[in-house]
Order: sequence, then C-alpha cells, then structure tokens
Amino acid sequence: MEILYASCVGLLVSCGVFLILRSRTFPVVLGLTMLSYAVNLFLFSSGRLSLNKAAVLGTGTEYADPLPQAFVLTAIVIGFAMTAFVVILAIRGRADLGNDHVDGELSDKDNKAKV
Amino acid sequence: MTLLWIPLLSLLGSIISSTTGKLSRNQSTALTLLTPIIALAFAISLAPAVFAGDVIRQTISWIPLLGIDIAFRLDGLALLFVFMILGIGILVIFYARYYLSSNDSMPKLYAYLMLFMTAMLGIVMSNNVIQLWFFWELTSISSFLLISYWWHKAEARKGAIMALAITGGGGLALLAGLLLLGNIVGSYNLDIILASKEIIQAHAWYEITLILILLGAFTKSAQFPFHFWLPHAMAAPTPVSAYLHSATMVKAGIFLLARFYPALAGTELWFLLVSLTGLSTLLFGAYIALFKHDLKGLLAYSTISHLGLITLLLGLDTQLATVAAIFHIINHATFKASLFMATGIIDHETGTRDMRKLNGMWRFMPYTATLAMVAAASMAGVPLLNGFLSKEMFFAETLHQQLLGSMSWLIPVLATVAGALAVAYSARFIHDVFFNGDPIDLPKQPSEPPRYMRVPIEILVALCLIVGIFPNFVVDDILRAASFAVIGGYVPEYKVALWHGFNLPLLMSAIAVTGGILLYSQRRYLYQYQASLPTLDAKKLFDGTIYVVTKWCQRKISAIENGSLQRYLMLMFAIVLILAGGPLFEMSQLGGQKQPTPIDVHNAVGAALLMIGAISTVIWHRSRVISLLMISVVGLMVSVAFTRLSAPDLALTQLTVEVVTIVLLMLALFFLPQRSPKESSSIHVLRDLGVSAALGIVVSSVCYALLTRPLESISDFFLANAKTGGGGTNVVNVILVDFRGFDTLGEIIVLGIAALGIAKLLANLPLIMPSTDSEGRSWAKERYPILLASISQSLLPLALMVSFYIFLRGHNLPGGGFIAGLVTAIAFILQYIAHGSNWIAERLTINYRKIIASGIIIALFTGVGSWFFERPFMTTWFDYFDIPFIGEIELASALVFDLGVYLTVVGATLMILASLGQLTANAPKEGVHV
Repeated sequence: MEILYASCVGLLVSCGVFLILRSRTFPVVLGLTMLSYAVNLFLFSSGRLSLNKAAVLGTGTEYADPLPQAFVLTAIVIGFAMTAFVVILAIRGRADLGNDHVDGELSDKDNKAKV
Repeated sequence: MTLLWIPLLSLLGSIISSTTGKLSRNQSTALTLLTPIIALAFAISLAPAVFAGDVIRQTISWIPLLGIDIAFRLDGLALLFVFMILGIGILVIFYARYYLSSNDSMPKLYAYLMLFMTAMLGIVMSNNVIQLWFFWELTSISSFLLISYWWHKAEARKGAIMALAITGGGGLALLAGLLLLGNIVGSYNLDIILASKEIIQAHAWYEITLILILLGAFTKSAQFPFHFWLPHAMAAPTPVSAYLHSATMVKAGIFLLARFYPALAGTELWFLLVSLTGLSTLLFGAYIALFKHDLKGLLAYSTISHLGLITLLLGLDTQLATVAAIFHIINHATFKASLFMATGIIDHETGTRDMRKLNGMWRFMPYTATLAMVAAASMAGVPLLNGFLSKEMFFAETLHQQLLGSMSWLIPVLATVAGALAVAYSARFIHDVFFNGDPIDLPKQPSEPPRYMRVPIEILVALCLIVGIFPNFVVDDILRAASFAVIGGYVPEYKVALWHGFNLPLLMSAIAVTGGILLYSQRRYLYQYQASLPTLDAKKLFDGTIYVVTKWCQRKISAIENGSLQRYLMLMFAIVLILAGGPLFEMSQLGGQKQPTPIDVHNAVGAALLMIGAISTVIWHRSRVISLLMISVVGLMVSVAFTRLSAPDLALTQLTVEVVTIVLLMLALFFLPQRSPKESSSIHVLRDLGVSAALGIVVSSVCYALLTRPLESISDFFLANAKTGGGGTNVVNVILVDFRGFDTLGEIIVLGIAALGIAKLLANLPLIMPSTDSEGRSWAKERYPILLASISQSLLPLALMVSFYIFLRGHNLPGGGFIAGLVTAIAFILQYIAHGSNWIAERLTINYRKIIASGIIIALFTGVGSWFFERPFMTTWFDYFDIPFIGEIELASALVFDLGVYLTVVGATLMILASLGQLTANAPKEGVHV
C-alpha cells in the first residue's frame, strides 16, 4: 500500500504544480488547493500508515502516531484560510485590474490577439 | 553614578530638548544644557582616578552567547574625548541659541545635536567593538539629520546623503574589520583585543582586517581620497559644522586609529598606509584650502589638512609622534571650533561667507575680528598659541624617521610646504576678511553680534592662549593619560615647551611662516594658474558613480524580477527539484526495511478515484466549474483516506473544510470568468508538464522512502501522558489544546487575521456582476429553491446540536473545537445559500469580528489563567465532578481553550463566506458580461 500512497501523493504534487504554473488566477487557486492535499498527505505519512489504530486511548493496544495528525489538522485549517485569502485576492485583482491574469496584466501576446 | 550615565544623560538630554518646543528660546537652551553639564561634572570627578592610571569599567551582560555586552570603559584617551565632546558640545549649544533665526526649530537642532553627542560618547567609551560600531553608525545617521537640518535646501539634502553614503559605507567596512578582529582574538571585548597585539599581527587575516578598519577610519576622518563629503557637509548650520568638524565626527576616525593603535600599529603596513594617506591629505587639503572663496569651504579643507596631519603623526613610527598627534587633536579642536563659530558670526552679521565680498570687517566688528585672528594664528602655528606647540612637535618628529628609506628627507620638506600653505590660508582668512579694503555689496550692514554669542569663542580662544603659553599647567595630565592609553603602558619623556632653543624645527617653522606670507602676497598669480587647470568636481564624480551603480542594480533586479509570477514559480520549483531530487541519487536503495502493508480492494478503489479526480481537474482546468467539481472528488477521497488510515479527527476536519472550500470557490467563480483562455504554447505546456512530473516523481520517491522505514517517534510521550497529564483520551485533541496549545493559539490568530484581511479586501469592491453565464444563459429566476430553504431551516437546530456534541466529546473521542466550529459554520452557510444574505441579515445580526476577537481572547486568557496558579503558560487543569441525573463528567480548562478555538473558527469562516456572499446581494446588476 505504501507504493500506492506514495504515487497518489506524487500525482497530486504533479497536478498541483502544473495548475499553479497556469496563467489565470482560478487554476492557480485550484493548484494551491491540490498542493495542500499533497503536502498534508505527505506530512501525515511521516507517522507511517496504520489501519484501525486511531489514537484514542482505550480503543486498542497500539496507536497511530498522533503528532503528525495534530500538525496536519492545523495545516488543513490554515490551508483553508490561505486558499480563501488567495481566491478573494483574485476577485479583488480582477475587479481592480480588469483581468484575471496572475501578473495583473495581459501579456503582449494576449494584447496582440485582442487587437 | 556609573559610566553608563554619561551617554545616558546625553540621550536623556536629546529627549528633553525635543519636548521644549513650547518654551522660550532661553528656557529651551537652559534645559538642553542641563544634562551635558551634569555629565561633564561627573566626568571631571572621575578624572583624578584616570590620571592616576586607572581604567574605569562597567559591563552589563546582554547576549552572553554571542559575546555581546553593554560595556563601557574610560581610560585616558576616552576621557580626553569625553571632555572635548561634552565641553565643545556645551559651547556649541550655547552658541546655537544666538545663531538660529526665529524660523528655525530650536528643539529639533538640539535634539539632533544631543543624539549625536550620545553617539560620540558611546564610541569613545565602548568596551565592546560591536557596541562601538553601533554608536559609530549612530553618528553617521545623526550627522545626516544634522547636515540636512535645512532640508528645504537642495545642497543640504545632497550634502547629507553624500556624507551618509561615504561614512556609512566606511562603517560597513569597519564592521567587517571588527568582526574579523573579534574572530582573530576570540572576543569582542576591547580590553582583550588591545592586549592581543601579537596574536593579531601574526594572523593571516591581519592585512585585510587592518585595511577594513582603516577604511572606516579614513572615510570618517575625510582622508584623501574620501575627503569630498566634508566640504559638502558645510551646508549644515554653522554650529553643527563647528561641532562635527572640529571636535567630534571627523575626530571619530582619528579616535579609531588611536584606539586600535596598541593592537594594530607597529607593522610596516600600518606605517605606510597611515602615514602616506595622512601626508597626501595634509598637502592636498592645505593646497585646496588656499583657493576656496567660501569661508566655511576654506575651513573645511583646512580641517581635512589638519586631520591628515594627525593621521600622518599616528603613522610615524615614533612614540613621541603619537604624543604629538594627541596634542594636536586637542589644539585643532579648540582653534577650529572657535574659527567656525567666528565664521558663523560673520555670516550671521553680513549675510555672506564669500571672501571676495567680505573685506575690511575690522572696522565693523573689531572684537570678533581679534578673536578670529588669534584663532587663525593658532591654525597657522604662530608662537604663543597652542597650534604652534603641536606643529613644532610635528616638525621635530618628521625629522626622526626612516619611513621612505633614503628618500625620508622628503617628509620634513613636504611637512614644511604644508606648513607654509597653512600659513598662507590662515593669512588669507585674516587679511581678506578683516582688512583688504572695503566690503563689496553685502546683503546686511555688519555690526558686532549679541554679547553672549561671543562667549563660547572667548572661552576657546582663551584656551588656545593658555595652552600655548603655559602648556604644562593645563594639558599635561590629560595628554599624559591619553598617550599612556594609546602607546600602551609607556610614555616617553617629552617636554612641551614654548622655547626649545634654536633648532631645526624652529627653522622649519620660520621657513613655513615666511613662505606662507610670500605665497599669500603672490596669490594673484597662483589663482590665475589654478583657474587654468582643468577642474575635477568630486561631487559630479560621486553623483555619476551613484547613478551608474543604481542603474546597474536596476538592470540586474529587473532581469531577475520581471513581474511574471509564472517565471518566479518556475524558478522556485526548479530549485526545489534540484535540492530535493539531488540527494535521492546518492541513496543506495529507495525502499527501507519496514514490512509493506498489503493493498486491499477498498484502498485501491479509493486511490483510483483520487487519481482520476486529480487528472480530470488538470484536463478540464479551462472549464472552471468542471475542474472545481473534480477537485472536490479529490478532497473527498483525501478525507476517506484519513478515515481509513486511523485519523478520524483529520477525516472530519478535511470533510468539513472541503465543504466550506468548495462553497467558497463556487461563490468566487461567480465573480471570475467561467473559462480560462488557451494561452500557453505547446512548448510551454510541455515544459510545465515536465517540471511537474519530475517534482511528482521526486516527492513520491521521498514519500515512499519515508514510508518504508521504521518509525522513531516522540509521540510515546503524548500517548503516555494524554490521559494523566491532559485529562483526555483523544490524543490528537489533547496535543492541540494542551501539549502544543501555543501552536494552536498562533494558528487561530492567523485564521482571524486572514478573515479580517479578506473582509478588508472585499470592502468597497467595484464589482460588476454578470447577469448571464458564460454561454449567455440567464441565471435561474428562482434564486432560493423552496425545497432547500425548508429543509435547511429544519436542519439548523439539528446541525447545531451535532456540532455541540462534537465539541463536547472532542477531548476524549474524535471531534473538538475545530471540527465543531466548521460544522456550525456549514450549518449557517447552508442558511445563507438557501435564503440569501438579506434574509439572514433581517433575522440575525451577528458581528463576526467580535466572535473572532472573543474566541482569541478566551483562548489567550485560558492560557494566561494558569499563571494565577503559578504554573507555566497554558497548563491544563481538569477534574471530575458528579452531577445529579447526568452522572460523572470531566471538566477541563482545555475545554475553555477549545471554546476559544471554536468561536474563532466559526467567526472567521462565516466572515469570509458571508462577506463574499453579501456582495451578490448588494452589487449592481449589469447586462454586459465581462
């Protein structure tokens, strides 16, 4: 299962990075979200994979590592705050600048295409 | 009182004087004078001990690990400078009272002057070289403020910037030198450094250290070729010039040379660098001074020349030369300060400083003229005045050295030439200004200045005379003590006396005086010759250099920072790829020893769904709604994975966050274009694909390597102590609210800040709402479907109860403040979706800001609460209570903390979504799709 897990993380990183490299804000936001999934899963994996060993005392004899879980939990919430901020920034940027290009202005090529 | 009080009093004076704006000029002056006078009295009370050879120290430990202390030290050299800084400072403050016009802000000048005084006192009294450097930079900054005092004048601003650039640049070199020095010796303590001459001079870094420190000293002391900032600094008010360019700022460089003389001097490199720099500055300054028509310009170049003289003396390898250098430091300070002040009076009374206009002033201000003439005579080195004595010692010392081998006879000859030039420009100062016919169209009718404006000059000129006639009575103690500190233990026998008999130095003096007068009488030919020379304006050169450097930097910056986010990210990812991928190739084996877990069908299906979701998001990324739906599949599968992999808290959090995120992005999509245009060329897409695939491979390899290695975790501690120490069985929650509660506190604060930032970003947003979707279809008329409205309404109490349950059980079972907060937020968001913002606003007025604030405050005060029980910040308290009908329950302070978390999450989430949702309710509709 380790191979499967690692491949999923890798694929999420690939998809996230590709989306982040796009030129419009919305795909970049999606890319960030995707990358956050990957990073959270990666962080989580530092506690290794374990089935049916939730870190609730009294439910078994062995427990999953609770520390990465606690970190990832806060990371998920912070990740939400970041995504929200970036997407609102994108809206504000589009309202103020008139386009949703990540650089705030259309490149020369786009301008030529428009003309 | 301790040593610290000397700079501290001066700093206090700076603060006091800055608050005297409402008082009269006399009161302001009196209050400003108060602290330096106390400090001077204190310094005088310490003098007997220092004269007896003691070194007074005070150390306050600050950052012991870095060897940085606040350390002060008062020896003879420091005491001499303290006297000069405070003494001349007091006179300058008094003088400035009469110099400034009623338009100039007196508290401002006084505050800057006192700040500068603090910095100078700090330099001379520091016993730690890093601290010394700090004060050194403070003099650069405060002198910048002083020079630019008349900031409305362009020349003042330019002069200030130039002084700051040159002395600040030198300061950086000095810092590097001092750091090297500290590394060589192994301590930044000045006592230790001064005692480590052999170690320093034997070290391989000695040369570079010496050069860096000399750079700092030479730039500050305006040594050739760094001299050019000093004439431009003359744009400052004259009291400032009198202070900075006689006794303090420029002397700081000289002080530095003298301070490190015991540790750095004695080598051939020192003698060559210091003496040749000094010699060229001495000659160059004296020569240029002769041609300056501006009185302050003449004094500025004469200052440069005299600083060169002192530097040259410090670079001559005899101990008597060092004594002479210190003596000349005192003498130059007295006569140059009085000359600057006299110039200020002349400027003040006539409205000009141009010597071509100023003639025959003797008739209008004979008293001031007498004072100025005595001071100028001292500058020229006329007998009976202090300038003569040190010049005589200087001439004598030039005769006793072998610096230039067989050509060493050049040095006394050149010294005599410089002496003649000094006589010539001093003669010009006297003759051109006070005699030489009648004044030529002066702006003002000249007269004697106010009585008290002359007092500081009288005091200084009296000093020139007393030192000149009775040197042994006045300066012997301080000169001996200072020389003792510089030479390091042994002061050679010397005799400062007016009359040494007929000898070679006296002959040199005689030649200098005769030659100087001759030069001055033939000045017309000299001026003609000088005018025929091509002019080299240092200011233009400086401005040009600055321009070129700035341009160069701008080009480099714009080459790297071209404003393209895609490019920055690409660079960043490439660097990550190299840094993270590189080490993988050095590993012998990717997989570890840990037994792999078998794959079962459920996991395989989940993983497949996740992969399909992720790939579909990328494939349809230009159709934004579809890609959003696809990414929600990924999020869902991630939370399923957490459920599966023994992380129920994470699964709940991920699931709830997922809902909120998707709703938010959906809402955002309403304000953004629904489709992305095709922009990247195929080559670009291929490149991006390559980089992202490579990164994915690197990350999955690292992840796999990590997963297949045995776990060594510190979590056993948490598992063992969660119940006994934190009072909860859900270890993840106990970690969040107890073990690592401080992290959580920080996190909810970040959450609150993000929500506030979003609210501010959305305020006054000029929004144009599309009335149709991207394909021209208008929105559904039924905005709030009745089915959803009624169901969501009845769900609300249920959802709130669930969140309450999740909140309460969080300490022992999966749940807690984060999850409960998100569930509550979702319940409310559902109401917003089903009924619209206005409907909610009519029924419910919630100030989300207050909720966030109260959440953070509750969390913070739960943490602070443990202080009242004399426990560290955020110690949890818990106990069990038996409540009738309900049974035994546990109450823990962590629950209150979790309440804070809950409130912050609810407030922040709702604030983000509601403020965005509110826009749709208020924004004007427009028919045109943007």
